Amino acid sequence: MTFIAKPKIHRGAVRNELGLTRRDYEGGMSTLCAGCGHDSVTAAIVQACFELALPPHTVAKLSGIGCSSKTTAYFVSGAHGFNSVHGRMPAIAAGAIAANRRLRYIGVSGDGDSLSIGLGQLGHAVRRNIDMLYMLENNGVYGLTKGQFSASADVGSKSKKGERNDHEPIDPVLLALSLGATFVARSFSGDKEQLVPLIKAGLSHRGFALIDVLSPCVTFNDHEGSTKSYAYVREHLQIPVAADYVESRREITVDYGEGDSVSVEMHDGAHIVLRKIDKSYEPTNRARALAYVQEHAQRNEYVTGLIYVGTYRRDFHERHNTPEEPLNSVPYGKLCPGSGGLSEVLARYR
Amino acid sequence: MSHGEPPPAAGAPQPMSPTDTRDPDYFHQVVDCQWACPAHTDVPEYIRLIAQGRYSDAYLVNRESNVFPGILGRVCDRPCEPACRRGRVEDKPVAICRLKRVAADLRDDITDRLPRPPARKNGRRVACIGAGPASLTVANDLAPLGYEVVVFEQYAQAGGLMRTNIPAFRLPAQVLDEEIGYVVDMGVDLRLGTPVESMRGLLEQGFDAVFVGTGAPRGKDLLLPGREAGRIHIGIQWLESLAFGHVDKIGQRVLIIGVGNTAMDCCRSALRLGASEVRVMARKPRQFFKASAWELEDAEEESVHIMVNHAPKAFVSEGGRLAGMLFDRLEYEMDGDRILGQRVAGEVFIPADDVILAIGQDNAFPWIERDIGIEFAPSGMPAVDKVTHQSTRPGVFFGGDAAFGPKNIIWAVAHGHEAAISIHRHCCGEPLAERPPRGVNLQSRKMGMHEWSYKNDYNPVERRLVPHVSLKERFRKLDIEVELGFDAEQAAAEVQRCLNCDIQTVFEARLCIECDACIDICPTDCLTITRNGPEAELSGRLKAPRRNPGQQLYVSGPLKQTGRVMVKDEDLCVHCGLCAERCPTNAWDMQKSWIEIPHAEDDDRCRIPNALRRA
Ligand SMILES: Cc1cc2nc3c(=O)[nH]c(=O)nc-3n(C[C@H](O)[C@H](O)[C@H](O)COP(=O)(O)OP(=O)(O)OC[C@H]3O[C@@H](n4cnc5c(N)ncnc54)[C@H](O)[C@@H]3O)c2cc1C
Ligand SMILES: Cc1ncc(C[n+]2csc(CCOP(=O)(O)OP(=O)(O)O)c2C)c(N)n1
Ligand code: SF4
Ligand code: SF4
Ligand code: SF4
Ligand SMILES: [Mg+2]
Repeated sequence: MTFIAKPKIHRGAVRNELGLTRRDYEGGMSTLCAGCGHDSVTAAIVQACFELALPPHTVAKLSGIGCSSKTTAYFVSGAHGFNSVHGRMPAIAAGAIAANRRLRYIGVSGDGDSLSIGLGQLGHAVRRNIDMLYMLENNGVYGLTKGQFSASADVGSKSKKGERNDHEPIDPVLLALSLGATFVARSFSGDKEQLVPLIKAGLSHRGFALIDVLSPCVTFNDHEGSTKSYAYVREHLQIPVAADYVESRREITVDYGEGDSVSVEMHDGAHIVLRKIDKSYEPTNRARALAYVQEHAQRNEYVTGLIYVGTYRRDFHERHNTPEEPLNSVPYGKLCPGSGGLSEVLARYR
Repeated sequence: MSHGEPPPAAGAPQPMSPTDTRDPDYFHQVVDCQWACPAHTDVPEYIRLIAQGRYSDAYLVNRESNVFPGILGRVCDRPCEPACRRGRVEDKPVAICRLKRVAADLRDDITDRLPRPPARKNGRRVACIGAGPASLTVANDLAPLGYEVVVFEQYAQAGGLMRTNIPAFRLPAQVLDEEIGYVVDMGVDLRLGTPVESMRGLLEQGFDAVFVGTGAPRGKDLLLPGREAGRIHIGIQWLESLAFGHVDKIGQRVLIIGVGNTAMDCCRSALRLGASEVRVMARKPRQFFKASAWELEDAEEESVHIMVNHAPKAFVSEGGRLAGMLFDRLEYEMDGDRILGQRVAGEVFIPADDVILAIGQDNAFPWIERDIGIEFAPSGMPAVDKVTHQSTRPGVFFGGDAAFGPKNIIWAVAHGHEAAISIHRHCCGEPLAERPPRGVNLQSRKMGMHEWSYKNDYNPVERRLVPHVSLKERFRKLDIEVELGFDAEQAAAEVQRCLNCDIQTVFEARLCIECDACIDICPTDCLTITRNGPEAELSGRLKAPRRNPGQQLYVSGPLKQTGRVMVKDEDLCVHCGLCAERCPTNAWDMQKSWIEIPHAEDDDRCRIPNALRRA
């Protein structure tokens, strides 16, 4: 956090197609600890929304409770927002998405919010394939409540006071892969070169997109012995594939070597070009991806990048036949059939 | 991180080496105004003192480097303002010059805080020729050290062109008297009405050193057909006659030839003597005018008519009396601000009762014999060392307009300081070319977690306008000062525009954990963590494009976790301290820098041997 607001200095600033500067995608002043990874994730979201030239009012931000969940207040202040109760963001998101499929939904949660109290909610959000970008800011602790181990803490990781965690960690990437997610990525708050294109791709993806972002808690989990510190994460990164996001209106100009890259078209016409760093990696094969992540986890390595991008799976809207028009623009008479209509419905069950 | 980069090929340009911030010039250049000021006035420091209402302290900080804060706060050429960082963030720089005047106007009596004449003289005698700002600065620096300084001035008043040419409506006599008085009262032997007519004669009087501060006294003439007519005046002589009360009227229609600062003073003076039609004739288009923007503005506000693209051709007389001048009307072929060609598009006659020539000044040293070891170039300029100010005759020094041609007051002061150092070293037998070193001192401004002992919040207030005496009122008398200066309230707003460039961002690479917090918070994107590389290539990888290669890049040593480097583009920083507020490890700190610009008194190597001291 800082004590003064970041001054608005626009001189020489680059503008996007909407005439907005990157600063126009910022939000309120952060109250997180100085150096918190979550603030960097916020900066990456700001950058991605700016680059995609999203009109701020077409974005909805959703979150639960935690330092991570506070961050929705720090980006795109012109967007819609809902800060829900602890671990319940997916339910609120599902409701909002059902009611209005025209907005882009960005959920921000933490490892406590999503994997401890909210594990059931997250699981079903993946299963139902609700259309949102779900950012899980993963620091291995409950930052907001002063650093207790969360469900993503690794076995043997030490707390700031020196206690050891003995519980098996829940890896959101493995979870999402096994529940059928079609966009599963992991990144690191300290690597925006990787994170920004992933956020842009996640926002273009149809259905549920998960980005698990290792985002160190500088106050309670950045010490020696922690497996989620800046230093540890950096030493244990494994990047099998690099993703470039190419907007629909741009041509793919870079020459990617044959067999070294895979180009995946998103539903809005954008492309993600996956450049293989590990030649054996197949980012479109779910079973291989699962195995790869697990193997590397056993070697204490964090696989990052766009780990899996799947072929199309029916999303929430298709399965439930949600209306194209947002519910707030459907005439009231049509939305609510009235007491006559209710009697008709009830009559069917008599 | 493994975004694998191939190692640079052999013979390729090398990555940048870490910046050495112990080099005093590094942080000095960050303080753009101070770097641009020839005398290196500590601008942000005095502005902060004004913000605290400490006007006398602000005055003394100024005086230490520029000697004449009240004078310069009115008429300085202010090279600091175009350099000011604020001008890179929005359109207008901080009103640095006018704030200097605030310090002077609102100060208390500071006389007891000035150096006193020393009880014991050091036995060395120095002659200064001319009582302009250059000589007075030499006297100011040397008298407190015990030198017996004799200043010879041809006129009955001291001040040089500040007195004789800068009109009183810009610079009141009382301001001059007061600040010159401070110098003279340090025990300087000022001999007015005493022209030096022979350098040889002066040298024979046994001075240990002689400083020539006689200015560039000769106004340029314009030898065109018809020049022999009367009522054609040379600008600087005419202004001088005006200052001494020898001239008190002028015709209705006046033409000024030239469009520099002398022209501005001539046209505005002519108006005050009662001229009703004053035209300033310029040969070139407006962007080539030599006059400062603010002087042009003031002249035009007073209804002076500036005519561009007119080249003087002849003076025209009728019946033995000046009738006007003929001009060629020029047309220029331009490419932006570059002249590609010109042609004469016609001839114009402009009637006039008086013509004033303001086309430049020359140096003249008829009183310096050419056989006494002081060499001159064919141009008439003395051969003077740019650093030491010594001529080809040891012990004879030149400074101010006399040394390298006409400049301005603040340059004359800067020369005076350097010449004083040389004279001091000369008298102590130290080599002149070795200069006392500059230094830099740093001290943290951290008070608490997010608290600084300077006001780091960016204030978007726009530049305040200086109030002027009404157009009606100002012509009543010759010496009504036009600018009124800021009052305390206006000053309090203007000082908030200063970005505190002397509060430096100081980086400690070994503490950085590469969390990106500083990168994310910086409002101008001037920070980047990236792999090192050759300067040109690295410049292309900065978070914000590098706009101004004249400004430095700071490059840290390799960072612990990834071996990348922290790069800062000094051009863009607004010294808001947010990087340091956000940094969890104090790798960034905000530290006040003091740039030590040594004067003669700071030269530790110099001691006059006791044996040579006289009581
Ligand atoms: C019209 C005009 C307006 C100007 N306006 C500004 C302005 O607004 N701001 C600014 O910064 N600068 C201005 N300048 C320039 C500035 O005044 C000079 O650059 C500055 O005064 C030079 O200082 P100096 O000490 O070198 O010499 P000077 O100021 O020229 O002083 C030289 C002194 O030496 C005396 N002298 C000369 N020969 C002898 C001799 N043989 N014996 C004894 N005494 C001698 C002269 O009488 C004079 O007093 C202006 C100049 C002119 C002509
Ligand atoms: C129902 C409920 N139970 C417990 C809490 C207390 N609580 C607040 S935040 C939090 C954990 C947040 O951890 P995480 O989601 O990892 O966020 P972080 O602060 O680490 O970013 C807990 C347990 C709560 N607010 N509500
Ligand atoms: S406690 Fe940890 S997670 Fe919360 S703001 Fe501070 S550093 Fe970030
Ligand atoms: S002080 Fe720091 S945060 Fe502020 S502009 Fe300068 S580098 Fe950026
Ligand atoms: S905030 Fe501090 S620790 Fe973090 S990257 Fe910047 S300098 Fe390094
Ligand atoms: Mg957490």
